[in-house]
Amino acid sequence: MNPPRAAWLFLMPALLVLGLFFVLPVLAALLLSFTDYDLYALADPRNLRFVALDNYWGLLQRPLFWSALGHTCYFVAVGVPLSMAASLGTALLLNSPLARGQAFFRTALFAPVVTTVVAVALIWRYLFNTKYGLVNEALAGFGIHPVDWLGDPHWAMPTIILFAVWKNFGYNMIILLAGLQAIPPELYEAARIDGASALRQFRHITLPMLRPTLLMVSILSVSGYFQLFAEPYVMTEGGPLQSTESVLYLMYDEGFKWWNLGSASAVAFLLFVVMFAVTALMLRLGRRGDAAEVQP
Amino acid sequence: MNRTARPWLAKAIINGLLLGSAALAVLPLLWMLSASLMAPGEASSLPPRLLPAHASLDNYRALFGQAGMGRYLLNSLLVAGAITLLSLACNVAAGYAFAKLRFGGRERLFRGLLGALLIPAQVAMLPLFLLLKYLGLVNSYAGVIAPGMATVFGIFLVRQYARSVPDELLEAARIDGAGELRIFMQIVLPLLRPIVATLAIFSFLTAWNDFMWPLIVLTGQEHYTLPIALASLSREHWQDTELMMAGSVVTVLPVLLLFLAMQRYYLAGLMLGSVKG
Amino acid sequence: MSAVRGRAPRRVEFRPVRRLRHAWLALASCILLAACGQAADTRQPLDFWTIGREGEAVAKLIPEFEKLHPDIQVRLQQLPLTAAHQKLLTAYAGDSTPDLSQLGNTWIPELVALHALAPLDQRVRQSRTIDPSDYFANIWATNQVGGQLYGIPWYVDTRLLFYRKDLLQAAGFDAPPRDWQEWSRMLAALSTGEGRERRYGILLPTNEFEQLLALALQQDYGPKPGDGLLRDGNRYGNFESAGFKRALSFYVEIFRRHQAPAITNGEASNPWNEFGRGVYAFYLSGPWNIGEFRTRLPAAQQDAWATAPLPGPDGPGASSAGGSSLVIFRRSRHQQAAWQLIEYLSQPAVQQRFYQLLGDMPPRRSSWAGEALRNDAKAQAFRDQLERVRPTPPIPEWERIVNEMQLQAARVIAGEVSVDQATAELDRRVDAMLAKRRWMLDRGGSAVP
Repeated sequence: MNPPRAAWLFLMPALLVLGLFFVLPVLAALLLSFTDYDLYALADPRNLRFVALDNYWGLLQRPLFWSALGHTCYFVAVGVPLSMAASLGTALLLNSPLARGQAFFRTALFAPVVTTVVAVALIWRYLFNTKYGLVNEALAGFGIHPVDWLGDPHWAMPTIILFAVWKNFGYNMIILLAGLQAIPPELYEAARIDGASALRQFRHITLPMLRPTLLMVSILSVSGYFQLFAEPYVMTEGGPLQSTESVLYLMYDEGFKWWNLGSASAVAFLLFVVMFAVTALMLRLGRRGDAAEVQP
Repeated sequence: MNRTARPWLAKAIINGLLLGSAALAVLPLLWMLSASLMAPGEASSLPPRLLPAHASLDNYRALFGQAGMGRYLLNSLLVAGAITLLSLACNVAAGYAFAKLRFGGRERLFRGLLGALLIPAQVAMLPLFLLLKYLGLVNSYAGVIAPGMATVFGIFLVRQYARSVPDELLEAARIDGAGELRIFMQIVLPLLRPIVATLAIFSFLTAWNDFMWPLIVLTGQEHYTLPIALASLSREHWQDTELMMAGSVVTVLPVLLLFLAMQRYYLAGLMLGSVKG
Repeated sequence: MSAVRGRAPRRVEFRPVRRLRHAWLALASCILLAACGQAADTRQPLDFWTIGREGEAVAKLIPEFEKLHPDIQVRLQQLPLTAAHQKLLTAYAGDSTPDLSQLGNTWIPELVALHALAPLDQRVRQSRTIDPSDYFANIWATNQVGGQLYGIPWYVDTRLLFYRKDLLQAAGFDAPPRDWQEWSRMLAALSTGEGRERRYGILLPTNEFEQLLALALQQDYGPKPGDGLLRDGNRYGNFESAGFKRALSFYVEIFRRHQAPAITNGEASNPWNEFGRGVYAFYLSGPWNIGEFRTRLPAAQQDAWATAPLPGPDGPGASSAGGSSLVIFRRSRHQQAAWQLIEYLSQPAVQQRFYQLLGDMPPRRSSWAGEALRNDAKAQAFRDQLERVRPTPPIPEWERIVNEMQLQAARVIAGEVSVDQATAELDRRVDAMLAKRRWMLDRGGSAVP
């Protein structure tokens, strides 16, 4: 058996699975998004119509799609920076030579990442209950009036963002920690001899050295945060007043609740386009920043 | 400057901040544990209580006795276990092939796969459901397992690691007349063990925690995995806080323990997987 | 993701892997254990889906059925109410429907349109247990589509008032309200206090459409026959009609005056305890709550609460003709066994036990003749209300329409839009939802009942 043939044999199972259960469905989804495939069509194929771009056109005219997109962008735009700040902050703390018990703290800070979203979202739902929740109780200690966290349309998304940050920051923390540890100590040594303050060291050594990792991590986070679904499903069921309905939630409702598979597929593709555009833009800006840095 | 001037202060601040953030990270989980031991209604009392007056395992008894939690636990183990084993087989073989075996179009195919990472999995879900319907796999374990049997991320992870396997070793074996399969089994696999461990725990955790796809494809409660069962139970029993927290403990504890036991592999894999940018 | 330009893998440190072998063993044994979880059973399995609380109660009736039919093993599943509709459709789409199911009678047209249900006329004709003339006619009719029968009513469900007698009396009211005006006065008198101590006249969870729907069904929708919440043969929404606006305004006004908290049932924490503690004086809900209140409130408080028919705009009002039926799915391979279970659950004696377990009202008159129901003052209000129930439009899109109705109502409650804006938007959305129905009707389609 020569290597090329062996290679294909080794590849076969994985390619078969990916082809059958991913590539093929993605192509089918594109076709589906040009039809009005719904429950009626499922019952009787004669009820299927080819509608060209009507699904996309219809979505762009639906306030619900725009509000879902708005909520998702809100979640991404606030959630990712917050999450990155928390990750970077804790990574810096863990990396400090003054810190004690790093292994313990690392594990504790990372623990939320491995937990199951559904289970911990339930915890948050109870902790943030307006009347009986511990969060409002703690705030009352500071004289703050009870906040209707998950029942007030203005607070529901911030609460979900807090939850997502809590759940996810540990992941990037570990990656950034590895990045920090890879910075040669001599750089700090030299800076210290020059009398640079800790803040200056952070700005002129840590941040530039960490830049590629930060860019990569933020791109991955953005594409992850765009896929918001389980959190609102468990914590608010998309409410109140659909204020936590994300694009993916809309796709789920449209597709698997009301069985309008045609327009649900269109939702999925529009989400893909938005995600692609945003991450591509970030990458381009990041690269341009890199190039600028190299200039003297 | 400050650091050298007042080291004890800096040390106190840094460790204090660490302690504070670790507390924020862990406290919700500890409250879950505490509430799960409370009597019905105790968690919704005014003022809220932190610890149970009389800790009892009644909620767990109710969960396993009446709510059939044992079945869901077994389902989760079965599904996550099967996905782990099958995806390891597919991903390790493919990752090795991409790293070490020469064939036409290798780089192009690999780049194509990485490109697929850009497409969110949810795009495929709607037709995937129809596909599984025609295969008769809706509401079956196979329906949950099949799409998870290979992942681009897994292939990528193995490829990155397998590139460090020295070519001379493989060439020497080939000259000795060993077949490709034997080389893979006897030489490559032992060398890949660490990454296999990493990938195994990754796959297991992902499969255990997966929500959206099982929610869609499992229509019957007899196949529910823990997260699906918990979400379903919570819609009917949202007012039984203590019971729901016991359910959360049962769902979260296995993965937390697994993580604690194998965190070295998990964290190492996280860093390896991050060398993408 | 950006570019994997063949960068060398970062060296990662691994410790020796001895312990791994144990992990493999553990994993393999997990799978084996899980696989052995399903014990072999030679009996004929019968998958029976229930929705909401009914599952827990019916589980207590099944052992006797299995004793009578030793060859049948009933596999009971409980779908949460808020996910049930969607689970049933998913099961249909995925060819994994159960043998029989509990089904809200407003969902029957939808599943009939999908050819998912087996017609039952033949079986009823041959049955010695099920006698159509014994059933409430308006409820029986909701199970017929295009002249064929697809479900056997299991329990009837209509919405009415649960109220605290003692609180009403303390406020100077000796009897429950008879019309909206009187009701409004009571709500105003019973809503007192501030902050955590606030007491509300009524609990109306903002994510439940049933309350507003009941009020809307009390309205008059003009002279054209068949017009109600939808018009022109259920081709268009009719929410901009004066009737619906009146119901919506009344409903919203209760929230504006803070006589009901604007919360969903998820935030209501524990409505039964709070009703017991006097946080709410009224609770507009369904019959199963008779059972809930009986088990959850202390014995000393059992005389303090009662039920009353829903007040209408000018006197006793109508309510929804809800309820659940038992249906058999076309794909079932155990239709005979499923029918046996339906017959068993339809026996008056079994229905009376079911009522005692949960409080669900039986749909046949002979079941009401039994001791348990005849002497139950709390049930009599339902019997009374059942004389004045109205059906909802029997079309597949109804579930989605009524959900949309509640979403728009919640927006008015929150003060985001006015009643006029909400109803106009509602009609616009409903008309869009019915577009395919209109196309199919115009084409002479057969799938639409």
